[in-house]
Amino acid sequence: MSSHQVAVTVNGRLYRRTVDARVNLADFLRHEIGLTGTHVGCEHGICGACTVLVDGFTARACLMLAVQADGRTVQTIEGVAQADGPLHPIQAALSAHHGLQCGYCTPGVVMTLIELQCENAGATLTEAEIRRALSGNLCRCTGYQGMIDAALAVLGGAQERGETS
Amino acid sequence: MAGDLSPGFLGRSVPRVEDARLLRGAGRFADDIALPGMLHAAFVRSPVAHALLRSVDLSNARALPGVRAVLTYADLRPQLRCDRIPLALPSAMLRFDVDPFCLAQRELCYAGEPIALVAAESRRVAEDAARLVELDFEALPAVVDARQGLQSGAPKARLDCPDNLVAQTVLEYGDSEGAFAAGSIRVTERFRIHKGGGHSIEPRGVVARFDAVEDMLTVWDGTQMPHRAKAVLVASLGLAEHQVRVIAPDVGGGFGPKAVFHPEELAVPAAAMLLQVPVKWIEDRLESFTATVGERVQEWEMEAAADREGRLLAIRGRLYHDHGACTPYGVALSYNSATNLVGPYVLPAYHLEIQVGLTNLVPAAPTRGAGRPQGTFVMERLLDGIALQLGIERDEIRRRNLIAPAQMPYATPIVTRDGKAMTYDSGDYPECQRRALAAAKWSEFSGRQAAARSEGRWLGIGMANYVEGTGRGPFESAAVRVEPSGEIRVTTGATAQGQGTKTMLAQLVGGVLGVPLEKIHIVDGDTAASPLGLGAYASRQAVTAGNAVVIAARLVAEKARKAAAAMLEVAPEDLDLADGCVRVKGIPGLKRSLADLARALQGTPGYALPGDLEPGLAAASDFQPGAIAYTNGTHVVEAEVDIHTGAVRLDRYVVVHDCGRMINPMMVEGQVLGGVVHGIGATLFEWMRYDESGQPLCGTYADYVLPTADVVPRIEIHHMESPSPLNPLGIKGAAESGTIGAASAIASAIEDALKPLGVRITDLPVTPARLFALIRAAEQRRDSR
Amino acid sequence: MKPAPFAYHRPETLAEALDLLARLPNARILAGGQSLMPMLNLRMATPDHLIDLGRVSELSGISETAAGLSIGAMTTQRAIERSPLARAGCPLLLEALAHVGHQATRNRGTIGGSLCHLDPAAELPVAACALEATLTIAGRSGKRSIRFDEFPAGYLTPRLAPGEILTRVDLPRREQGSGWAFEEFSLRAADFAVVAVAALLALGADRRVRRASIAIGGLGAAPVRLAAAESLLVGHPCDAERVADAARAAAELRADGDEVYPAEYRRHLAGVLTRRALERALARGRKGV
Repeated sequence: MSSHQVAVTVNGRLYRRTVDARVNLADFLRHEIGLTGTHVGCEHGICGACTVLVDGFTARACLMLAVQADGRTVQTIEGVAQADGPLHPIQAALSAHHGLQCGYCTPGVVMTLIELQCENAGATLTEAEIRRALSGNLCRCTGYQGMIDAALAVLGGAQERGETS
Repeated sequence: MAGDLSPGFLGRSVPRVEDARLLRGAGRFADDIALPGMLHAAFVRSPVAHALLRSVDLSNARALPGVRAVLTYADLRPQLRCDRIPLALPSAMLRFDVDPFCLAQRELCYAGEPIALVAAESRRVAEDAARLVELDFEALPAVVDARQGLQSGAPKARLDCPDNLVAQTVLEYGDSEGAFAAGSIRVTERFRIHKGGGHSIEPRGVVARFDAVEDMLTVWDGTQMPHRAKAVLVASLGLAEHQVRVIAPDVGGGFGPKAVFHPEELAVPAAAMLLQVPVKWIEDRLESFTATVGERVQEWEMEAAADREGRLLAIRGRLYHDHGACTPYGVALSYNSATNLVGPYVLPAYHLEIQVGLTNLVPAAPTRGAGRPQGTFVMERLLDGIALQLGIERDEIRRRNLIAPAQMPYATPIVTRDGKAMTYDSGDYPECQRRALAAAKWSEFSGRQAAARSEGRWLGIGMANYVEGTGRGPFESAAVRVEPSGEIRVTTGATAQGQGTKTMLAQLVGGVLGVPLEKIHIVDGDTAASPLGLGAYASRQAVTAGNAVVIAARLVAEKARKAAAAMLEVAPEDLDLADGCVRVKGIPGLKRSLADLARALQGTPGYALPGDLEPGLAAASDFQPGAIAYTNGTHVVEAEVDIHTGAVRLDRYVVVHDCGRMINPMMVEGQVLGGVVHGIGATLFEWMRYDESGQPLCGTYADYVLPTADVVPRIEIHHMESPSPLNPLGIKGAAESGTIGAASAIASAIEDALKPLGVRITDLPVTPARLFALIRAAEQRRDSR
Repeated sequence: MKPAPFAYHRPETLAEALDLLARLPNARILAGGQSLMPMLNLRMATPDHLIDLGRVSELSGISETAAGLSIGAMTTQRAIERSPLARAGCPLLLEALAHVGHQATRNRGTIGGSLCHLDPAAELPVAACALEATLTIAGRSGKRSIRFDEFPAGYLTPRLAPGEILTRVDLPRREQGSGWAFEEFSLRAADFAVVAVAALLALGADRRVRRASIAIGGLGAAPVRLAAAESLLVGHPCDAERVADAARAAAELRADGDEVYPAEYRRHLAGVLTRRALERALARGRKGV
């Protein structure tokens, strides 16, 4: 067993903590610094609920140790919109298109779509591309259609709606 | 009817009031609750499906630094009023009750059954300690197949039960024997139907705190039924009702399993009381695979008789149902399967022998659809079989058997649990089918199919009709109170797991009182806020809580009118409610805000209340639906089969759905979409497997395949609205309906694609290897002819 | 599902990593963690020491060599996917990568981690097998090279001696006139394959097959070369009949099975996917000739 001093910048704020080597990033965010918006659904990297951005790229927070995030920059759902500010366009679209129900998988979905948006700035994505990108986020409530429509509204041309993958 | 609802409130897709905080990551789920001094629990679970526990050595686990306690049944028993968790529900089908233990006492009856609870400073240390608990047990033979377990000479799944036949009944009406003797044609088929688990993305979770100062147990429980959980805790722990509060916080999906009271929901509060510290247990995914209830396998041996025109004369057969190792939730599954088989059709005679067998597997209990998809599957497959034999189109044979709208309300000959005839309250089933076929361009499909076949592509189209009994009683509670601040506070026994219950209720209350949604605060899923309540099961909350809040809100509106009439010195009939005010019709400035009225009815020391009214601007209602409201629908799906691999791709999916009058069509569609995809999963992907000794073979989402965004088709939903005469709003439930028709429609589409080969689909799930084996067998049959 | 306790080490150089690995008992290398972390969480792996190569920068990067591409073992799958060098030099690898996991796992998963984890259904080992990748392995006593097909030693077991670390993967540059294809069967796009086939065909000016390399994964513990099928093709003009013969040879391989994907079904898939891979590789090769 070993414990480590880590300094992680989360949503623009630097956190210094001492953590057990075996604490993963999801548990660190949730229980060490109290950012419970990142959810844990499977702890084996498949459900996607714990998806966060590490140095701007999506990562499963359950498949990364907190100590590995030492010196890194992490963005979580809490950092997507200002607490008292308007929703991010992706968040607003998810609400408008009923792309969430229980809200448990939602933070992971938002982070996945934010990366997709960053990597495809200016490009128009097809429904098939969006479906593939979202295929790493399990959702049991929505049947995915609302979140796909939300993503199409922000990232795709309107003409893409209705096209199947 | 809903005449007093402000225009635009009923049938309008308003955005959900739940969304903003969930989208910001500000929801509060069970694992988000942290209490000072809280310990973290992990469970030691049975590694085997069946054994007798000889001894448990806790010494190493208890000695581990960071461990506060390791508790067995013997440790918790002094906290409990009864040996077992009192969960038995009355049922004439049950031959004996099998209530679970909160921790295994002596006999281990399924792999995953909790044996001991470890409480430690962190979950990881609790897991370390759980591994150090040494179990000494004597292995016993396990029953893993219900039907085999019912044969003579089979081992007993539980030594503490007389035999494995935990429940049985015969569901029958009409003269089946005569019908089979007279019938022109007969279809015989054996079905082996698997349906998987609920798999909410949030696993279960319980946080319990016993406050010695307040002498009060508070439990945050990710449950669909907090009031039932409270009742069980009261009975089990010997506390008074006022000493127990159960709160369902944000719950990350339910889908059935969270309606069932599980052993951990008692063990964790009992441990918190014993240790006098808060205890948290959050289920991990491995535990949810082994220890959370789900559905599993039913085997049906069935026969249908029809006349030359394809009209059903009778259906008879046997249903063997895998019940699992105990009875936490009655026998709803097999009963729903059996009764839902009848569906939207006229079936003159029916004889079904149901045998429910104990097995050494985690108890089987409802997941979305709750047994109905299986009954529907059997009926729809039999209809396709008759159509095939008679050379009638599949849509035509259904048309010939559907209940006509003029027959509504249609009393089936089935007598339900409450002694009344199972009666479909409203609906136009032939029109529903017609619209679905039209939307899917059913009649044009054969052309596309032929064109694709010439390119070597195997396309098929399938359809299914179904009904779902929704809005089950006995009641749901609601209370509406206008606070002096102007806030509208609504309390209800309804409990949300993502359905949008708050939005649905706020929309209705806002409609009656003429106030915007953001002024309405809904408190659901909290036994302290609503003394009575039932919660989420059987697609019921819009029907029961929805009507309850409307009745309560109307009483509030009435009182507000009377108070305002007294204060403004006008007649109540001259007043209406809008924009948070009671206004004199036609005189814009003459009004009193609801807040003013609430303040007036709050009372001023020494002064009379306006209009001699009772204090408070509030009212309550416990709406009791007289009977079940039947939702119905038709699914049409196009599938493409890769005959070289057995892979199935769904290309197009059309649903016509009738859940009566809709409150929020967007949320209805959300429910239907989720249900359909759950049904697609159960048909093509999800398969909870066990080996011959009862060991689960699925413990991760690599082994158990859930549908993802890349494998589900776009789903097109059309609505019919046949109002239910059974409740003031004319509504029916929508939460499970989407699941019910999916397997039947998809199986029909696969058969249609493979029609030249004569493949018949009788078993679920239809995995590629299974389908390929059917294709191969059919090719061999064809080649040997 | 929390890991058992372990000590964590984060070397910054390969020498340091090798030293730790030699020194620490029951140690495991942590690469991208996308396979090891689930095993740790499930306590299927319980090392006492975890040596994280994440900051050993000398192990990352893609460069061009005389023979082709040299990819550092710690290069992420996503970095390869986005590398123009890799796209031009080794399109088969790119096609295989398109089937690997999700972007969130490819962002962290590494080529070396995947090859060393050796999941029997993983795509990258199949591609490495067909490509005849050369692996560079470092130990405290120096470096050695091994061809990928000699690398698997059994189920989830690479042929690495105690104290050794995979450092580099060398792949030959795509030849002119060669065609490639990666075919797999899986229920969902991002899943591990049930069966996967990687095929490389080099055609001569006479349109005869000059060289064939076909690898298949998902049948046994590790990917294998389809030697029988290859020899049916080499030296002949590649027509539908030859392709069918090669596919038949693939379907005769020994396979493991389970309830969901029985051995017989996997063998059948081997045939179907071999045919599909060869047809696509051939079409590409013909365009290039």
